[in-house]
Amino acid sequence: MGPRIRCFLLLAAGAGPFLAGAAAGGGPKTADEKLVEAEAPPFSEGIFPCSSCHADLPKNGERRELAFHDEQQSIFSHDAEHRWCLDCHDLENRDVLHLTSGAKVRFSESYLLCGQCHGDKLRDWRLGIHGKRVGHWDGEKTYFLCVNCHNPHAPRFKGVTEVVVEGKRTVAPTQEYLKPEPRPRRPEEQRQ
Amino acid sequence: MTPPRRPVICSGEPSPQNPEEATSGEALTPGRRAFLRTAAAGAAMAALSGCGTSVEEFFQKHFKELKPDELARVLARIERRNKERFGRDTKVGADGPRPGVEFGYGLDISRCVGCRRCVYACVKENNQSRRHPQIHWIQVLEMEKEHGVDLSHADLYYEADAVPRPGKFYFPVQCQQCRHPPCVKTCPTGATWKEPDGIVVIDYDWCIGCRCCMSACPYGARHFNWATPNLPAGELNPDEHYLGNRPRPKGVVEKCTFCIQRTRRGRYPACVEVCPVGARKFGNLLDPESEIRRVMETKRVFVFKEELATQPQFYYFYAT
Repeated sequence: MGPRIRCFLLLAAGAGPFLAGAAAGGGPKTADEKLVEAEAPPFSEGIFPCSSCHADLPKNGERRELAFHDEQQSIFSHDAEHRWCLDCHDLENRDVLHLTSGAKVRFSESYLLCGQCHGDKLRDWRLGIHGKRVGHWDGEKTYFLCVNCHNPHAPRFKGVTEVVVEGKRTVAPTQEYLKPEPRPRRPEEQRQ
Repeated sequence: MTPPRRPVICSGEPSPQNPEEATSGEALTPGRRAFLRTAAAGAAMAALSGCGTSVEEFFQKHFKELKPDELARVLARIERRNKERFGRDTKVGADGPRPGVEFGYGLDISRCVGCRRCVYACVKENNQSRRHPQIHWIQVLEMEKEHGVDLSHADLYYEADAVPRPGKFYFPVQCQQCRHPPCVKTCPTGATWKEPDGIVVIDYDWCIGCRCCMSACPYGARHFNWATPNLPAGELNPDEHYLGNRPRPKGVVEKCTFCIQRTRRGRYPACVEVCPVGARKFGNLLDPESEIRRVMETKRVFVFKEELATQPQFYYFYAT
């Protein structure tokens, strides 16, 4: 997968000290089932932590075209008319996201952010209706995150591709639609 | 109900004449009678060896009547046969249904994109014949949004560079694991039946290949091995179940078993795991916390060809 998008994505192990609001809700965990979170797709190389660049830059909260983050800006189609970077990314602490309430959220819990508008999907996802789970129907299962299938900057589902993150297989969204596998042979072709 | 004995299926040698009948009217001495019986048995053995069936196999009891030690011998024989045929070690199990489990399957039509990943994951997992004949247990139909679920506007053979195509939706069909399975009703030898967890299974050792079940199935879910399955040894899945994905001989019917070799051990079916859009849901209908029960309680659910009263355990739904 090319070095696109993904500025948003990822489980930031050790993304810094935390932060109100993050604990609210949590993943789709229930008491008796062992649910394992899949690895989020990787960030674009060298882009995280954001503060490594932004720490030295002046804080400018005015909505504008950004010259540097063209990778995200060129594909941005997530209610683009009404929204821009700082509706989700935090101006004060660049390494986290924020809810509309102002509460800070780790990148690893970005589903809380998605759920602000897509509450029905968040509810279905927690029950295992929306999204995908693999493993055991009666035991340990791995669930995928919103960002495994949807690019937060261009969230309409097109396709996914397998990637390896920290030695673990997971999936990442693509901007290309899937090509179907070959059609079955017609009865008259079976003997050929 | 005891299933009927399997009739003789192989031709070649004519079946032995009844010695009593052949010599009617003639007084038989015990010595002569014993001789004829031995001769008849010998002829039967010769007939059996002519069609590649061992004596043990020919006299095998119905699966449901096998005692544990008999079953173990049968499984060992199949593993031996696999080794001869493919040169590979396989593990053939016969895990039974679990109490308190009834399987249910959900397919989200609003998510399926028709990529056919499930078709080929199934072929690989369940050791289907790759070609000559090509057998697919899952058939993905491309339908028109304008017409809805309508088989007169469905295309199994669609080809595209990218899916989903505009104006189309996709409707995968496989065995619906009916609660009133017409295929089971029609089978003359009791080679197919419904298990307590809901899976309709086939005993390939009892199937005589009459294909009555295929004509009875309203979903086209059963497939026939017109020739010896063409299965490359390197692609053989060695994790097998007697009633599921063990390699089939020529002349028997096969179908989806909800991946019995996986699901009886708690795993998701292969098609659920491979689906890139998460359209496929699987679980225990008797567990109110299961994903499939949540689907049934909160979404718009229907079964295919409801009017036939087959009462499938396979549900289609719209999550949006």
